[in-house]
Amino acid sequence: MYKYASPKNFYALAGRLVPWLGTITLLLFVFGLYLGLYVAPPDYQQGDSYRIMFIHVPAAWMSMFVYVLMAGAGLVGLVWNIKLADMLATASAPIGASLTLMALVTGSLWGKPTWGTYWVWDARLTSELFLFFLYLGFIALQAAIDDPRRSARAGAVLALVGVVDIPIIHFSVIWWNTLHQPASIGSLGKIIAPTIYPTMLHPLLIMSLAFFLFFFTVVLIRMRGEILARERHTGWVMQIVRSDANAPEARP
Amino acid sequence: MTGRRAVAEEVLLEVVNLACARGDRTLFENLSFSVQPGELLYVQGANGCGKTTLLRTVCGLTQPAEGEVRWQGTAIRQLAEEYRNLLCYVGHANGIQGDLSAAENLRFGTCVGGADSHTRIASALQSVGLSRAARLPAKFLSQGQKRRLALARLLVSARPIWILDEPLTALDVDFGATMNERLVAHVTAGGMVIITSHQELAVTVPIRRIRLDS
Amino acid sequence: MSHNLLGTARCIFQRDLLLAWRKPADVATPLAFFVIVTSLFPLGVGPEPQVLSRLAPGVLWVAALLASMLSLGRLFAADHADGTLEQLALSPHPLTPLILVKVAAHWVTSGLLLVVLSPLLAMQLNLSGHAMVTLAITLLLGTPVLSLLGSVGAALTLGVRGGGVLLSLLVLPLYTPILIFGAGAVTASASGLDTQAYFSLLGAFLLLALGFTPWATAAALRISLD
Repeated sequence: MYKYASPKNFYALAGRLVPWLGTITLLLFVFGLYLGLYVAPPDYQQGDSYRIMFIHVPAAWMSMFVYVLMAGAGLVGLVWNIKLADMLATASAPIGASLTLMALVTGSLWGKPTWGTYWVWDARLTSELFLFFLYLGFIALQAAIDDPRRSARAGAVLALVGVVDIPIIHFSVIWWNTLHQPASIGSLGKIIAPTIYPTMLHPLLIMSLAFFLFFFTVVLIRMRGEILARERHTGWVMQIVRSDANAPEARP
Repeated sequence: MTGRRAVAEEVLLEVVNLACARGDRTLFENLSFSVQPGELLYVQGANGCGKTTLLRTVCGLTQPAEGEVRWQGTAIRQLAEEYRNLLCYVGHANGIQGDLSAAENLRFGTCVGGADSHTRIASALQSVGLSRAARLPAKFLSQGQKRRLALARLLVSARPIWILDEPLTALDVDFGATMNERLVAHVTAGGMVIITSHQELAVTVPIRRIRLDS
Repeated sequence: MSHNLLGTARCIFQRDLLLAWRKPADVATPLAFFVIVTSLFPLGVGPEPQVLSRLAPGVLWVAALLASMLSLGRLFAADHADGTLEQLALSPHPLTPLILVKVAAHWVTSGLLLVVLSPLLAMQLNLSGHAMVTLAITLLLGTPVLSLLGSVGAALTLGVRGGGVLLSLLVLPLYTPILIFGAGAVTASASGLDTQAYFSLLGAFLLLALGFTPWATAAALRISLD
């Protein structure tokens, strides 16, 4: 196990895993979308528009999971000085931000038929919006610091403060939402909850798994890039670069 | 004499397989040395070879990429405050606020350094030739005077390990000589000095040298 | 012989207050910002007293939030530039309590002054007397949290290019709970509702921030000095 904590071995391991993970992800997406878009019946209230849930909900779940993972990886990097953990945190951030953006956009598209407007200051959407800002802060901070070690460690501290603050923000926003929203507009969560049938639940779970594996596939690809960038002066990376340049299939 | 020898045989400050990097660039690797009481270590090398980084690493300000610094066999990371209590570091930056007077700056500096200094501030200012400027805002001091003020912290805080990054820059010849005498006195009394300097040190004690750019 | 932690803490507190006293412009600028921003709102939304008193809690709190954030630049930047921060990091005392003292001194010369100034601006925006008191209390509880959270951001962005704008990106999202409950309390108080729950929550946030952020700031400072 410890063997794979070295960037070189991890690079090779990730390279072997990516095609498998990618294939499974693709199959799950196809299956999940098939179940969600064709097999699941229309909702008696919302018709077909609820089907965006199969994208929106997994993206929202993943957006939070990725931030927690990022903070956890940052902590490991900070305490035990493990480079791979730092790279995991750095590689996760743009994916997490994209998933958050996806949750925001799909939530807003879902809002149009449900509420008649693209943006409502719904508790879940507002939380997602501020989560998105936290991701942007993390990415901007890491981008502004040139030294890779300082960048990783500064990002880790920020992610840890963020991960403590996120539940507080979420709770505050819910409180604020109940104070200010008219009761007739329920949150997205309330709309989903009473109408969830197994035919809707199964595609949701499969899509969640697909998103989960999608994240790991992409994060492994990004980590391979990070490893190459950070270790570019080491012998083994130079060897890879050289052998790729000489490989016959590299030239068409 | 025998007592002193016994202390000297135990390795006190030790640098083990140290490697430091800035960004991608490795400044130095596999650097090992030790400093004993009564020793003056003169770190030499061209600009940008990592002298300041080495000194900051020995202080514990910078974390090394590999290796560690040990005090009496224990990593300074674990000792933390206990080790910092033995240290007086004068870096490139003087640690002087222009809007405080020279005396206020020195009092604050020694106070942060953990030394009680009320009685010794005046005498320290006198010995660095700043008595008359003591109540002047530090922004009116010249570069050399600011350097003197920073070095005055060494005299007040009375720590065994001095880590000095280019202490002689901006100093005039007279005070440069005084500083050399101070170094000799500190080392003779059993203190340790790790120093970088572009001016040659004119001290009457043996100097241990390491070069970083080889 | 050696100074105890309390002595050093007092030393830092006095020195930071003295420096603020000698550089009054640095202290006054965020306060002026607070006044100007709140004075701009009536020009934007119209001078009707009802509209103003409806908007006042949010406007005052957002302006206080921004003013508090702007003052953060002063917290560590000068000490970082002149090397004082290195000396603090090399102090034989643990860095965390020393940082807490610095943040406290900074709050006295920023957040506390916003509290003092707030009734004046509340009057300008037609806030009732009772709500004015609530505003002052929420600011008294909330601005220390802003300073504490902000200190993490200030430490992380030391010496980083584009530090000022970056700081706002890092810190403002973290401020949202304080804004929600601070402005919420004033709104509640203006409509004659009970504000006890808001005060308790803001107090809880303050305790949490006191317990958690000084460590994060100390860690961030060590990273910035590395």
